[in-house]
Amino acid sequence: MNQLIFISLSTLTIVSALFMVFSRKPMYSVLSLIFCFFTVAGHYILLNAQFLAITHVIVYAGAIMVLFLFVVMLLNLNTVADQIKTMGFRVAAMIGAGMLFLVLLASLKSTTLGTFSFPEDNGMGMVEHVGMRLFTDYLLPFEISSILFLSAMIGAVLLAKKEKR
Amino acid sequence: MSNSIDYVAILIQFSVAVGFVGVTLLTIRFAGPRRLTSDKLQSWESGIESVGNARFPFSIKYFLTAILFVMFDVEVIFMYPWAVNFKSLGMIGFVEMFLFIGTLLLGFGYIIKKGGLTWD
Repeated sequence: MNQLIFISLSTLTIVSALFMVFSRKPMYSVLSLIFCFFTVAGHYILLNAQFLAITHVIVYAGAIMVLFLFVVMLLNLNTVADQIKTMGFRVAAMIGAGMLFLVLLASLKSTTLGTFSFPEDNGMGMVEHVGMRLFTDYLLPFEISSILFLSAMIGAVLLAKKEKR
Repeated sequence: MSNSIDYVAILIQFSVAVGFVGVTLLTIRFAGPRRLTSDKLQSWESGIESVGNARFPFSIKYFLTAILFVMFDVEVIFMYPWAVNFKSLGMIGFVEMFLFIGTLLLGFGYIIKKGGLTWD
């Protein structure tokens, strides 16, 4: 049963991710990416990270995908963009993809094939525990993230707002 | 303590919701009569004549509003684990959150001052 849930969830994740990459229509790509995010949230629940799962759904599937949709709609989709197909671009893409492949291969070498079983739940991923850790041990990253928010807000306003003269 | 297997109910509910939409759409497609005339294929059959198509770039003002929404959306998520532990964290937790919200309020003040949310 555990194995079945894990395998079907993983299959859905990989298929939707592949559909996102290979789809020719940007809207279909975005929608399948949303689906992919939901299945990844399912993986988080399988790993007993409940708070992370619901945050993932709210932030990624909800908020970030709105931004993705907006970016797609900001582009002019009437004209097909001419793709860059120079020799240097192809070589660079080949080297980049090859390096990623090597990294994946190296990580695959060190893994051992096992069966999936649900990890024991000790309340690690529940919101109380995450909150306690966040506000005691990881206080500095939390406060720094507010600076990150501040810079993102200022950057967005600066880029998107016309200065009045 | 809950276990991952408890979430199967949510999974079932989710698939019922998705399945209902899918089955309805398929039923409409196969059960209903289809007469594809040019009038019937319009987006708003009895409404205003549509001009152009939907694939045109729109104003960045919408994007600015959306990205500012995302900022405050994520901020509220940080408040959730704080609110759950509000009593045990006590005064220190309050000060921590005050610093966080204060920094964000600074940004909010900047947005308001620059007119980021006004629609000119």
